[in-house]
Amino acid sequence: MNYSDTSIAATTPFLSLENVRKTYPGVVALDGFSMEVRPGEVIGLVGENGAGKSTLMKILGGVTTPDTGTITVDGAARKGLTVEASLGSGIAFVHQELNLFDNLDVAANIFFGREPLRAGPLRLVDRSKLREMVAPLLKRVGANFSADTQVADLSLAQQQMVEIAKALSIKARLVILDEPTSSLPIAETDKLLDVIKALKADGISVIFISHRLHEIERVADRVVVLRDGMLAGTLGKRDVNHDQMVKLMIGRMLKEREKASEAARAPGAVALSAKAVRTPTYPGRPVDLDVQHGEILGLAGLVGSGRTELARVFFGIDSCLGGTLELDGRPLALASAADAVAHGIFLVPEDRKLTGILLDLSIAQNISLPNLPAHAKRSLVSASAETATAETQKKNLGIKAPSVQTRTGTLSGGNQQKVVLGKWLAMNPKVMILDEPTRGIDIGAKAEIYGLMRALADAGVAVLMISSDMEEVIGVSDRIAVMHEGQISGILDKDQFSQENVLLLAVGKPAN
Amino acid sequence: MNKKDLGLLILILVVGAIVAIINPRFLLPINLANTSNLIGLFGILSIGQAFVIITGGIELSVGSVVALLGTLFIDFIAVRGMGWPIAFVLILVLGAVIGLAHGWLITRLKLQPFVVTLCGLLIYRGVARFYTADGTAGFAFGQNFPDLEFLTAGRSWGVPNSFFALIVIAIVMWVVLHRSVFGRYLYAIGKNEEAAKYSGIRTGRVVMAAYVICGVLTALSAIYFAMYTRSISPASHGQFYELYAIAAAVLGGFSLRGGEGSLIGVILGTVLLQELQNLVNLLGIPSSLNFAVMGGVILIGVLVDQQWGVFRARRRMVDAARKGAVGAAAE
Repeated sequence: MNYSDTSIAATTPFLSLENVRKTYPGVVALDGFSMEVRPGEVIGLVGENGAGKSTLMKILGGVTTPDTGTITVDGAARKGLTVEASLGSGIAFVHQELNLFDNLDVAANIFFGREPLRAGPLRLVDRSKLREMVAPLLKRVGANFSADTQVADLSLAQQQMVEIAKALSIKARLVILDEPTSSLPIAETDKLLDVIKALKADGISVIFISHRLHEIERVADRVVVLRDGMLAGTLGKRDVNHDQMVKLMIGRMLKEREKASEAARAPGAVALSAKAVRTPTYPGRPVDLDVQHGEILGLAGLVGSGRTELARVFFGIDSCLGGTLELDGRPLALASAADAVAHGIFLVPEDRKLTGILLDLSIAQNISLPNLPAHAKRSLVSASAETATAETQKKNLGIKAPSVQTRTGTLSGGNQQKVVLGKWLAMNPKVMILDEPTRGIDIGAKAEIYGLMRALADAGVAVLMISSDMEEVIGVSDRIAVMHEGQISGILDKDQFSQENVLLLAVGKPAN
Repeated sequence: MNKKDLGLLILILVVGAIVAIINPRFLLPINLANTSNLIGLFGILSIGQAFVIITGGIELSVGSVVALLGTLFIDFIAVRGMGWPIAFVLILVLGAVIGLAHGWLITRLKLQPFVVTLCGLLIYRGVARFYTADGTAGFAFGQNFPDLEFLTAGRSWGVPNSFFALIVIAIVMWVVLHRSVFGRYLYAIGKNEEAAKYSGIRTGRVVMAAYVICGVLTALSAIYFAMYTRSISPASHGQFYELYAIAAAVLGGFSLRGGEGSLIGVILGTVLLQELQNLVNLLGIPSSLNFAVMGGVILIGVLVDQQWGVFRARRRMVDAARKGAVGAAAE
């Protein structure tokens, strides 16, 4: 193996997997997989959804045992791990979906179930000792919040720091971060990557799983690529680059991301226009924004900059506290999402499972839901009309499912997102708002969703895309509006696109 | 009819067979007629409750509403000399108004259904008792309303007309719940109100409509109960009826979290509850144990259903895995 950092190469691995195979009835989830992790090494683990990452995580966490192969932790070879053995040998997980009690404070979360107790029969929590124990941990992760902050008041990145501090508190030697940045904005991502570097400096190993390849490029010493349950390849530090990773992940080279014609697009007629609109979150900050027919307007900014809140106002979920909305030059009053839908303004929300689809309903029922009266005769639902609409969308969008009667809860993230898109495409969108449309979605499905947005724009739909993924914003948008603390801090045309400019505007400075 | 409903039906038949063997009087026409009358009365009440439960809500005030509206109905026709058809409609309107008020408090002012309807339970009972000055509302000697009595407490071909009323209402409400756009909205809201809202459904109106339906059906059953007992002492009339209705829905497969349950289920739940009542009477079980028997049976029923669900989920997973094996082999 090609180690660039010779000091790491010299050490004995903390963890090594040899020839691990795991099958579930009918599915080979992992096959002949080997890897090793040395102390202080940061390993990027990438692979499309279904490549075997989750199975690998389950094996390392001791949730499941491999059929064959050996796992050597700290020199001791075993057939498999138990949850206790995994924890006991210092393997800690930070999951994409955080396991924190947001009604408790930071200290209580970090030492949950292991609180220092005061002497006496009442077994009261020793709060001052607890704080003493927490302080150094927070310092190590570079936290800028105190131990008695309620977790609910923390940003996502800060909550992840709490998770990492928790991992450190059990003297973790290997921290596994599962898609930690997928919901983080740029600035917060940087903080997290710094924490990873700090862990590395302390000799703690890190396995960093992410779909955001440029982040892997920045921190990983080595990249392990999984494909179809097998090791597709390992890249040493010098070979880690975007194209190589993608090539290994999908087994071929992706053609260069299609660059939309660099020539400036002729501006279209304004579809949705916000004039001095005030959202409930930033009532003191009026927003002016025009979305044109036929364009993809990227809406960038830090999390909490008011992008989602603006989208909620455009979709009628939140009321507009001041200013006016116009659609195609006519004033628009929205009292509810139903009003927005009636005007052809659709939203693909940020939180797919909570607001995007109904997991218990079928694909067909989800797709017909916003337009049910059109699928009914005398207000009785027509199953055949419903199925027909859903079949069309399933075919056009390439939704992978046994049938349109399949429960959406059983679909992968990418396919669920396509169902959300399908329910709006089945109607006639005028303005399509997409809030983080590719979060948690694998590369193949991402490309399809970009293609769909472009097709919509080409058909004259005004597309507003909120995204915290810098590559996405720059690669997909025709124009980029950047928000900072509730206001539009600037709008970039294609010739002004650069990561630097977006970042500058996002932190409230003028673009170059 | 889904598997859950079928299981419930089989349970009803088995319990019925056992009771009939131990005490053949169970099958006497008079007993069956009485029981089916009660099924009719409680069934109408329970369907109303089911519409609220499907949205994830609860309506605790129905027992008190039965007392209040029953009292008012008898007072309107027996004391105030109002024509019964007018009184009938007026009571239904009052039921709708109560439902509307509850729905408004819950959807617009965002109060919890449990709290709103618990207050309703206290308020309507109190008002009913105050209205009669804690007396009894009843008909004067010799006072009768042949048409009304036929429709509510009468029988056709030996079958109580209240039971026919239930069947008609059940058919209509089955279509509403399982086939209509509104019914689909109810399920969607019960499953995930936020997602329903983000799909452009006016969730507030739909939920409010569910409470109105519950109010109207409760009012209708209040009239039936009033005509069945013919005299009402508001302090005790209709007490715990909300619990009968909730129990019928839960037995019938409704989840109190919302979004689950079928109309046939709630009817079968009502039938089973009334069968158990009858069983207590016929088998000479002390009637003081009445509630204990019902509670025990509901608990066992829900437990079996839940365990059955776990078992089936496990079997589904194994099946899926096997199918996956076949699929993988085919590729």
